[in-house]
Amino acid sequence: MDQTVQSRLLVPSTAKKGDIIEIKTLISHPMLSGFTKDSSGKTIPRDIINTFTCTFNGQQVFKMDLNPAISANPFISFPVRVDQSGTFEFTWVDDNGKIYKNTAQITVS
Amino acid sequence: MRLRPSPLVIVATLALGVLFLKPILVTSQTTTPAPLSAYQVGKEKSGFIYLDAPLRAMQNDDFSNPGYLWVQKGQALWSTADGTNGKSCQTCHSAAETSMRGVGARYPAYDPKSGKVIDLEQRINEMRVDMMGAKPYKWESPQLLALTTFVKLQSRGMPVDVTTTGPAHAAWVAGKTFYDTPRGQLGVSCQMCHVQHAGDQLRSDTLSQGQTNGFPTYRLKWQAVGSVQRRFRGCNAKVRAQPLPFGSQQYVDLELYVASRGQGLPIETPSVRR
Repeated sequence: MDQTVQSRLLVPSTAKKGDIIEIKTLISHPMLSGFTKDSSGKTIPRDIINTFTCTFNGQQVFKMDLNPAISANPFISFPVRVDQSGTFEFTWVDDNGKIYKNTAQITVS
Repeated sequence: MRLRPSPLVIVATLALGVLFLKPILVTSQTTTPAPLSAYQVGKEKSGFIYLDAPLRAMQNDDFSNPGYLWVQKGQALWSTADGTNGKSCQTCHSAAETSMRGVGARYPAYDPKSGKVIDLEQRINEMRVDMMGAKPYKWESPQLLALTTFVKLQSRGMPVDVTTTGPAHAAWVAGKTFYDTPRGQLGVSCQMCHVQHAGDQLRSDTLSQGQTNGFPTYRLKWQAVGSVQRRFRGCNAKVRAQPLPFGSQQYVDLELYVASRGQGLPIETPSVRR
C-alpha cells in the first residue's frame, strides 16, 4: 500500500442509553517491525502505529499501546458503554510522529 | 452466497501533516454466510474451502476484511479524472456497481484490438491509455491493484465465466502447456501440486487447487493485496525457476487456463488467503 493511510470505522449511528456497543476500526499501515532488511541488506527502520486512543466527547474511553509483532493494517475492536449522544474521536500515532484521526457520531436515545 | 456489494464513500482530505479522514460508517455487516458447498463446483474447490474458520470469518466480514482498504482506494480512483482527456472511469462507465457487474468474471479475455488475450489489469491500463490519455499504471502498483480489486468486486458471487474457445483457444492451449510443464531446478509443474496433490500436506500447509476466483486477494503472508501474477511468480520461484516478468503473455495465458479450471466457482474478490 502506498503512504496514503486510510482508516475505516464501524460505529453504530444510534443506540439506547446504557447500551454496550461494539466499535471496530481498521487502518492501513505497513507496521514495519524494524527487524526486516531491504534487498541491499540494510535494516528497514521501525515504523509502527505505537498508540491508539479513542475519546468520547473529549474523554478517553480506550487506549492501546501497539508493539512490533502486530501485523500490517491493524484491526482493533472494543466495547464501549454509551450514556449520551456525542462524537467518538479515534487517533493513531506512528513512530514517525504522524497522527491519523477519524471521527464518528452516535445518537443515543 | 454473498451478492451484496457494499457502497462506501471515502473522501480523504490532507491538512497540515495531519490526516483527517471523513468517517465512513458502514451499515450492518451481518449476512448469513454461504454454505461451503457454494464454494465447490463439481470437483473444483475454491481456496476458501482450505481456510480455517477464523480466516473464513475474516473474509466474510466486509469490515474486518483488510482487502476493503484496497476496494476503498479503488472506488476513489474510479471517479478521479486523470490524463489529458480529463476523464475518469466514471465519465464513461458511470456507476461501477452496474456497469462493471460481471466484467471481472469474464477476464482474461480475447482483445480484438491487440489480437491477444489480455487480463483485467491490462484492460484497465488499455482504457487509461486509449480513452483517458493517461499513463498506464505500473504492474502491482497500489493503484492498479486497488482499481482491479474494485472492478472485480462488482462481480462478487457471480460464477467465473471465461471463454476458452474461438480466438482465445490458442492462448488457453498455451496456458495449459505451461501448467503441465515441469520447470525449475525441482522439475515441478503446476499440476503436480494443484491437481495430483491438491488437498495433501506440503509441510504444514495444505495444498489447494490453486483456483484464482478470489484474486486479487489479501494474502496474510504479503500483508497486502496481490495479483494472480504475483502468486505465479512466487510459485515459480519456490520450484527454483526464474519467475517471468509481470504482464508477460505466458502468464496471461496461464491466468486464462487457471481461470477456466475454476469455471463456475463464485468470484470472491477481495478474498483472504494464507
